[in-house]
Amino acid sequence: MLWLLDSLLAGWILSLMSGPLGSFIVWRRMAYFGDTLAHSALLGITLGFVFEVQLNVAIVLCAVFVALILASLQRQHFIPSDTLLGLMAHTTLAAGLVTLSLVDNVRIDLNAYLFGDLLAVNREDLITMAIGAALVLAALSRMWKGLLAASVSEELAQVEGYQVAKLRLLFMVLLAVVIAGAMKLVGVLLITALLIIPAAAARPFSQSPKQMAALATIISMVAVAMGLGLSYYFDTPAGPSIVLTSALFFLISQSSYRLVKA
Amino acid sequence: MNEYLIKLKNVSFERQGRTILKDINLEIHRGEIITLIGPNGAGKSSLLKLALGLESISSGQRVCLPNLRIGYMPQKMSLPETLPLSVKDFLQLAKGYHKSHLMNVCKRLNIVELLKRPMQRLSGGELQRVLLARALLSKPELLVLDEPVQGLDVSGQAELYHLISNLKDELNCGVLMVSHDLHLVMAATNKVICLNGHVCCEGHPQHVQQDPSYLELFGRSMPAHLVPYTHHHDHTHGEHCQHDHSHDHQERK
Repeated sequence: MLWLLDSLLAGWILSLMSGPLGSFIVWRRMAYFGDTLAHSALLGITLGFVFEVQLNVAIVLCAVFVALILASLQRQHFIPSDTLLGLMAHTTLAAGLVTLSLVDNVRIDLNAYLFGDLLAVNREDLITMAIGAALVLAALSRMWKGLLAASVSEELAQVEGYQVAKLRLLFMVLLAVVIAGAMKLVGVLLITALLIIPAAAARPFSQSPKQMAALATIISMVAVAMGLGLSYYFDTPAGPSIVLTSALFFLISQSSYRLVKA
Repeated sequence: MNEYLIKLKNVSFERQGRTILKDINLEIHRGEIITLIGPNGAGKSSLLKLALGLESISSGQRVCLPNLRIGYMPQKMSLPETLPLSVKDFLQLAKGYHKSHLMNVCKRLNIVELLKRPMQRLSGGELQRVLLARALLSKPELLVLDEPVQGLDVSGQAELYHLISNLKDELNCGVLMVSHDLHLVMAATNKVICLNGHVCCEGHPQHVQQDPSYLELFGRSMPAHLVPYTHHHDHTHGEHCQHDHSHDHQERK
């Protein structure tokens, strides 16, 4: 039963980051970008195994690398952004799967990385995640105003003297850290859901950006707790259970908002 | 003439191999309103972005007063519905302003009652006033306005131009703006630059500048704004040049 508590704590730490960052993803229309970074995480893991780098560090490095490639590809004008994102997302996922099969001496549970694994969270992970979350939240609170200004209008923010390019890069790094943390809990394929669904569910009841970020965090925490409970009692996979619970909250939020409005 | 705020020297701008702007020379001074006019695709917005430093010039030089405070009012702003942002939240995103100044600007632009309204629920005219307020928060030395009166009716346009002219005097700032229409803006401008990939012609709206009582009259009453503006083309092009100056003027002889 204690391992369930570890997973719950990990999920809550994750929620503290994914609430505000997920809100930014929704505001900046970057859902597909988040997906692409998440898909690259598997490649990060295998490369981490091959070069014997600490896995979380490898995931973050790989995600930042993919984000930089993406930024340089977006400078040409022939292929639209959504095509590029799809291309990168699936290419990195495929590259991750292929390199994984080429590495013989590593036996890892692929399913756990794709869909998350409750049992995978240990005390050491918890401490790493807590430190990571503290850093992410500290960075985010410092860059909050600038990032929000840039999300409203990059041009206006730049003219006013915000360092828009630097903020964008930092945001990607923070996102990569969250993805590294979310890997074990919900898995590569479902990370974006954890970021965007609570934020979307929070939107109708929020009057300000900060409110939305806070509400998304709370919804995410409740969804993690209920999802893990489901997973424990019905022996369903952890990641999908959490995502489904979030989606349920989204449905409740939508329908109750309409009822209140009607 | 006093010192310039921003100077563009022989500036050209290319994008994807296409020349958008060629050989642009532009100086903006304090207390001066410069209006860019020209047909669609003439490069008016591009020139603004070059002046703002948002786009980098392909050749030539951009010189800018160090630490110049610029207020920028973009042509439009499409805020995602997913972002719950009140007018007050939006204004408070401005960098480096004084809290007391925020209220002054809001009173000056008559938007105090809008402060709690979500940004997405503003009418066109209200949004323009809010965007102008944001531009004013930094107490700018240079105001850059991209089609500030777009979508307003004629009296609204005249009112806004009048306001811009007054603000220029209050702040002693320079103003660079883009306008689509020739007539309304003339009374509120010191210099007009007619743009079509390059500077076709530029100059003072002469009669306005020479006669201060005329200017005063213009500033106040609406119909006086509707005086047609004329200027003389100051150069012609050789045969190799694709472009001509064949827009309509009411010639004054």
